[in-house]
Amino acid sequence: MLLNINNLHVSINGKEILKGLNLIVNEGEVHAIMGPNGTGKSTLAAAITGRNGYEITEGEIWFKDELINDMLPNERANKGVFLSFQYPVEIPGVSMTNFMRTALNAKHEFEGLPILTGGEFLKRMEEKKQLVEIQAKLNNRSVNEGFSGGEKKKNEIFQMAMLEPRLAILDETDSGLDIDALKVVAKGVNALRSNNNGFVVITHYQRLLDFIVPDFVHVMYEGRIVKSGGKELALELEEKGYDWLK
Amino acid sequence: MAEDKDQNNILEEVTSGEYKYGFYTDIEMDKAAVGLTEDTIRFISAKKNEPDWLLEFRLKAFRHWQTIAEPSWAHIHHPPINYQDIIYYAAPKKKKQLESLDEVDPELLDTFKKLGISLEEQKILSGVAVDAVIDSVSVKTTFRETLSKNGIIFCSFSEAVQEYPDLVKKYMGSVVPYRDNFFATLNSAVFSDGSFCYIPKGVRCPMELSTYFRINAANTGQFERTLLIADEGAYVSYLEGCTAPQRDENQLHAAIVEIIAEEGAEVKYSTVQNWYPGDKNGKGGIYNFVTKRGLCKGDRSKISWTQVETGSAITWKYPSCILKGDNSIGEFYSVAVTNHYQQADTGTKMIHLGKNTKSTIISKGISAGRSNNSYRGMVRIAKKAGNSRNFSQCDSLLLGDKCGAHTFPYINAGNETSVVEHEATTSKISEDQLFYCQQRGIDAEKAIGLIVNGYAKEVLNKLPMEFAVEAQTLLAITLEGSVG
Repeated sequence: MLLNINNLHVSINGKEILKGLNLIVNEGEVHAIMGPNGTGKSTLAAAITGRNGYEITEGEIWFKDELINDMLPNERANKGVFLSFQYPVEIPGVSMTNFMRTALNAKHEFEGLPILTGGEFLKRMEEKKQLVEIQAKLNNRSVNEGFSGGEKKKNEIFQMAMLEPRLAILDETDSGLDIDALKVVAKGVNALRSNNNGFVVITHYQRLLDFIVPDFVHVMYEGRIVKSGGKELALELEEKGYDWLK
Repeated sequence: MAEDKDQNNILEEVTSGEYKYGFYTDIEMDKAAVGLTEDTIRFISAKKNEPDWLLEFRLKAFRHWQTIAEPSWAHIHHPPINYQDIIYYAAPKKKKQLESLDEVDPELLDTFKKLGISLEEQKILSGVAVDAVIDSVSVKTTFRETLSKNGIIFCSFSEAVQEYPDLVKKYMGSVVPYRDNFFATLNSAVFSDGSFCYIPKGVRCPMELSTYFRINAANTGQFERTLLIADEGAYVSYLEGCTAPQRDENQLHAAIVEIIAEEGAEVKYSTVQNWYPGDKNGKGGIYNFVTKRGLCKGDRSKISWTQVETGSAITWKYPSCILKGDNSIGEFYSVAVTNHYQQADTGTKMIHLGKNTKSTIISKGISAGRSNNSYRGMVRIAKKAGNSRNFSQCDSLLLGDKCGAHTFPYINAGNETSVVEHEATTSKISEDQLFYCQQRGIDAEKAIGLIVNGYAKEVLNKLPMEFAVEAQTLLAITLEGSVG
């Protein structure tokens, strides 16, 4: 079992957002999480990745049979939890090369693996860039600075490819993407799918799921998962909206 | 906000690390008595076997100094300094003339090693000529031969006084007169040693010149004096870096650097300043009151200051350019980091006197802990300096909510054909940036180092390669234990 969330309650500034959420993700599975705005989808992503200010008041998050409720965000990341951000952050003056190198070195250090040499690292960067069709000039650009919406999302998937996480959470990866960029992003994700990792795909729209086909679809409402099903559930939601589930 | 609080906690944890270069070398010293009188000055001058004109210079400065008071305009606070409680001269005891590094005091070599300044390595690997100053007197000078082949003089100030008195007499005090300011006047009276550099006409100095200063005796004020002259069409890049051992008493440091660039000459002066900043609670640390000024004397001359200021309890420092020659250029690139209880009041003065003169100021202030970081800069364009230009950019970055950043720009444009531009920003390291890095597996401390180095990149890029790396590490180390 990759991820096991049991009765999760999360508050922000004393206001309860998640109210007893359960979710199990196994290796090799893609889970889509859908639901109207303000039901706690992004809060779930923040809680799993350990963001500051998201207080777990009850319940557990297990990752690979380890309780991670109180673990630092960077430790969770190094254990293999990755978040593709809805709004990737700009870090002026820090080149993508430097950023990825620092991140990958941290991971290797954590795993007790040797640090990649400069040559090995650059080779890996070139390889992974192909996957999301990012231009060669990425290396020297500052992290997300001046990137278009599409470039930012491709950059997230590129980073995922570099870090090879066990669990990847894609938070509204389709928002702000035109159809061509969406296809590129989806292609990148699909290429990374394996029996060794799992995905949680948070989205509003069925559209993304045409390209990243989920094994399970969950509907969130008011801090809980209120309905789960197969990929056909997404189609049903597309047709009927969310009102019938409330 | 709860989120802000958490963030500040992280910042605080990360920036409360301790100074890593605090160690103490036990070397026999030759000291002046505590306190300052005309006798002290005569003692120093005699020790150094100085000519009468230099003793006179010192005495004039001392007499003037007795009539003036410490300046109080800077945005800094400290208990009164007792100038009679300072030892004004300490030199490692001379044993004998040394032929090779093997003969150097092993303890001294060890100090260099701890600082990462192995002389051998520097000689072989980096091609940097190092004039290492341990308290006051130059111990070892390298690369002299290569330099002298090009007619370049690079030696300690004391040696220059003995061997090139005409040059010293001609230029010393011509950019920073002994009456200039309280600390410069004090330095002029009691300066112990420093570096002297002369690049003759048309010579491009083939290597980066570098001096490492290091305060090493308890209660010994440091009063270096550096004089750097680039004759017509000459070029030199000069590096200065400092670290100092951990110490409880506050130590006074009042240096003078004078640069003269003749017609068509270019001088690049880079500093990494890492004096002991005091402990987490603001106890101890160096008081760094420095006067640095360059004179673009000839037409088309250029002086460029780059500084990375991470150390000292108090930094009071305004490396400046007087753009006297027509078409001359002055530049100032600065990163100043303060943490814990450090105070920095630093910036520059660009005085445009010649026509078509240009100046650029890029200042990046980074404050953490309970520190205070001020940029103070003056741009003055004289009436006759037609068609002159200045561009200033002053950015402040705050880590945490207990520190302060201040900007004091003074602009005085004396004619209508000149253009002065000033931009200023203040920002915080955002929780978003920090979390983004952490989510990629980078711990908070490293993340702050990364973000801060990115922020300061524009300035760090101006440093010579070998210094840039050291400076990056230093920024990260300085901010250990804080964020916001």
